[in-house]
Amino acid sequence: MLKSDSNITQLGWQKINFNVNGTPVEVYIPQSLLLIDLIRDVLNLKGTKPGCLEGECGACTVLIDGKAVNSCLYLAINIYGKNLTTIEGLSTTEKPLDVVQLKMIEHGAVQCGFCSPGMVMSIKAFQNECETNPIIGRDSEAIKKAIEGNLCRCTGYVRIIDAAEDLLSK
Amino acid sequence: MTKNLKIIGKPTPKIDANIRVTGEAQFGHDIQLPNMLYGAILRTKYPVAEIISIDTSKAKKLEGVKCVITADNIDVNNISYRRDHPILKKGQVNCIRDEIAAVAATSKEIAQKALELIEVKYKVREGIFDPFEAIKEDAPQINHFIDGKYPNKNIAEHFHYEHGNLDEEKAISKYIVSHRYTLPRVTHCCMATSNMTADYSKTDGKLTLYSTTQVPFLYQRDIARALKMEPSKIRIIQVVIGGGFGSKLDMYPYEPICALLSMKTGQPVQLIFSREEEFIASPTRQTMIYDVTAGADENGRFTFRDVRVTLDNGAYTSWGATTPFVMMQTFSSLYQCPACRFDSTSVYTNNVYAGSFRGYGNPQATFALERTIDMLAEEIGMSKSEIRILNANFKGEITKQGLHFNTCGHKEALETVIEKVKGHTHPLVPSQEWKTKRYKRGVGYASMLHVGGGAKIYPSDGCGTTLKIDPFGYLTIITGSSEIGQGSETVLAMIASEELGIDISRIKVINTDTDIKPWDVGVHASRTSFVAGNSVLGAVKKLKEKISPKAAQLLKTNVDDLIYEKGLIKSVINESSIELDKVVRAIHFKEPGELCIDTYFFEPSSEFADNEFKGNVSGAYAFASQSVEVEVDTYTGNVKVLDVYVAQDVGKVLNPLGLAGQIEGGVVMGMGYALLEELIVDKGMILNPNFHNYKLPTAMDVPGIHFYPIETEDSLGPYGAKGVGEAPLIPTAAAIANAVSDAIGVQIDSLPVTPEKVLRALEEKF
Ligand code: FES
Ligand code: FES
Repeated sequence: MLKSDSNITQLGWQKINFNVNGTPVEVYIPQSLLLIDLIRDVLNLKGTKPGCLEGECGACTVLIDGKAVNSCLYLAINIYGKNLTTIEGLSTTEKPLDVVQLKMIEHGAVQCGFCSPGMVMSIKAFQNECETNPIIGRDSEAIKKAIEGNLCRCTGYVRIIDAAEDLLSK
Repeated sequence: MTKNLKIIGKPTPKIDANIRVTGEAQFGHDIQLPNMLYGAILRTKYPVAEIISIDTSKAKKLEGVKCVITADNIDVNNISYRRDHPILKKGQVNCIRDEIAAVAATSKEIAQKALELIEVKYKVREGIFDPFEAIKEDAPQINHFIDGKYPNKNIAEHFHYEHGNLDEEKAISKYIVSHRYTLPRVTHCCMATSNMTADYSKTDGKLTLYSTTQVPFLYQRDIARALKMEPSKIRIIQVVIGGGFGSKLDMYPYEPICALLSMKTGQPVQLIFSREEEFIASPTRQTMIYDVTAGADENGRFTFRDVRVTLDNGAYTSWGATTPFVMMQTFSSLYQCPACRFDSTSVYTNNVYAGSFRGYGNPQATFALERTIDMLAEEIGMSKSEIRILNANFKGEITKQGLHFNTCGHKEALETVIEKVKGHTHPLVPSQEWKTKRYKRGVGYASMLHVGGGAKIYPSDGCGTTLKIDPFGYLTIITGSSEIGQGSETVLAMIASEELGIDISRIKVINTDTDIKPWDVGVHASRTSFVAGNSVLGAVKKLKEKISPKAAQLLKTNVDDLIYEKGLIKSVINESSIELDKVVRAIHFKEPGELCIDTYFFEPSSEFADNEFKGNVSGAYAFASQSVEVEVDTYTGNVKVLDVYVAQDVGKVLNPLGLAGQIEGGVVMGMGYALLEELIVDKGMILNPNFHNYKLPTAMDVPGIHFYPIETEDSLGPYGAKGVGEAPLIPTAAAIANAVSDAIGVQIDSLPVTPEKVLRALEEKF
């Protein structure tokens, strides 16, 4: 999908610049490309999961400027000039697990794990929101609302909610 | 088990949670092989039609298309245990998921484009979508590949079981109820859709399949038979599996199709279902219709059950047709029952076909039985808790079907959930109000019985384990069993850690490669902790026989005086100790050097059922009871589950963290079955193949789930443990339906209990 310079004049392709997990990148992509395909096929970041490609399951959730977005419903060209964070962006060599991930592991909130990257990103977005807006509710009802769009067939959600509650109550 | 346990019974995070929560885990969707092509399948447009012609010439000419296959250019065998299912269909299609052709191309887009270019001419035919129509003598034959096992040409499978004297028991029954129940067609909805990457090597004729199967060795055999290959030339590598729940217990056409595309092109081929395709073409828990008649004597003791089940098999056979094997256990043996007749018929129709789904027929059977028990209680005028306790199973019971309940927590489970739900009033609505006004509250109970120590169905129910301690003191467990997200890998590591004193962070589990791992029958029947756990214990014992003499020699003590703890081997007599890795090195490198490796095969002591389906088929049996409180909005028909109390005989808690996850996941899945889920089918077409119209429970639906494990410590289980995986889902729908019935005073005889059904029932009542 990455095109060399000779292709850039091709109709319907566009050059875009944005930050992915803190690093600036420049890619040429077709205008109709979806963000999830940009992430998985062009950037080769496979942590973002395709569960339905219809905006119904939340497995493909990523952060755009800190807010949760279903990457399967988002046109890739709209990422121009923005900050994209994928699940890979939460890990560094020094700190391989984010607090959200640590809490999920500790509470047993992961079974098959296909929904987990999306879950983590939705909770992360809610955590960001809580940080910028101190009066926001952070009880289990608010958490349920925050992850309502993320389907999980394995866990029954209880431990995921517990993990988030534990994290946000501190 | 009096032993002081160090890690067993302690909450232990999954050893593979890290890679799953960071997105590092490689699911089938993430595999990328050099030179890989993308496969796609053309399915029929109509559920029932003659295929007049298939023209693939335009598709073949499309740039990037490497291969197009139809039934005409492949040499394969039919699949399914009845061999009634061609991989690609020719001449005729029989249901809407039918595969007609497949392509491999250099990109997903080209593969899809190629499908559009394949021209198929159909002559549409009338189908039969109702099993009661299909079973009529004059109905046309639906599946043309069957062997005439049954005189009626549309019967796929028939089971008949009976015990006791039905007529006598009927005669002494003061109360008899009869009712029909209808269960919906639902599907697994694994979050990862079906996928496969096949990699055929032209040079050595070996086929490597990156597969999501939960039964790798049976699968290897099935693939081989389908493709007319030698099984050992096929290597199954299990990718990280994004949910199983029984869906991956059989092999489906897309898998040999993907393999064929790779064999024809000599390149790796990846095939991934879209979500819509997953809804249409992955297996289902089928529609079933139960006719149940049951009785009780004047004291409320159960006398007999007479059960007739009709199953919609769909157009081909998969494991769904064999689920009566499990259902009959529930009718014969859940609660004491002197006489039982169970007769099931699985009938071919032109609907999508039926696979196995967590519980294997048991959620349906439990629903029908537990609803009937409520009706009996009402008839007798007895409380719904009392009638259950009176008839509960007990320790030492040998049921008329031949099941031996060496341990049995049924009564305790019932008493626990009855006690916990009692007097419970949810704070939201004041109690006077909900009795009379818009919101009505109700309580329901249900129990379940399921195998908990493997199940003797296949020639072997065993599992092999190889253990290897390296010279640095790390342990590798090579187990035949598989991880599908249920956490068995962690439990096996915990068991080895407990016995060998090796920290869990120093234990690796290898379990994904049929070229390496020893035989195991696969993930089914909630068997992995029990069977694979016992296998690890056996291997540890053998390995210790190798290590302990050397350690005793070095510590100048007796073998019997050694304990393994915190990476050390200690003598309890002279208080000396030595690092485990030092002993391993002493064995390994000193003349005549030996490896610290051992292998053990565990086969449960259970027996096969006889030709009347009688016999002690499992090493242990699991029991569970649930009580549920619901609130029904009589204006909208909405049912809200407030609290679910779960008491389950798990034998022994191995990992409380993993166990709770199984319980909660099962209960919420059961709630979906009770209230939300149904594949809506009209004349063979699936009308809701997406999450927008096929509703799964979300975080907003989660009720209070309160879990009380009951530890009966079965002498045959590892540390006393029994299987737990399927049980929590099995009674939930029954308990919820009973609670709704209790709340609004109407009979609930079908699932899901939708708002429309509730409103209709209320209307009919008043
Ligand atoms: S894949 Fe994007 S919401 Fe399901
Ligand atoms: S852990 Fe399997 S879907 Fe959530």
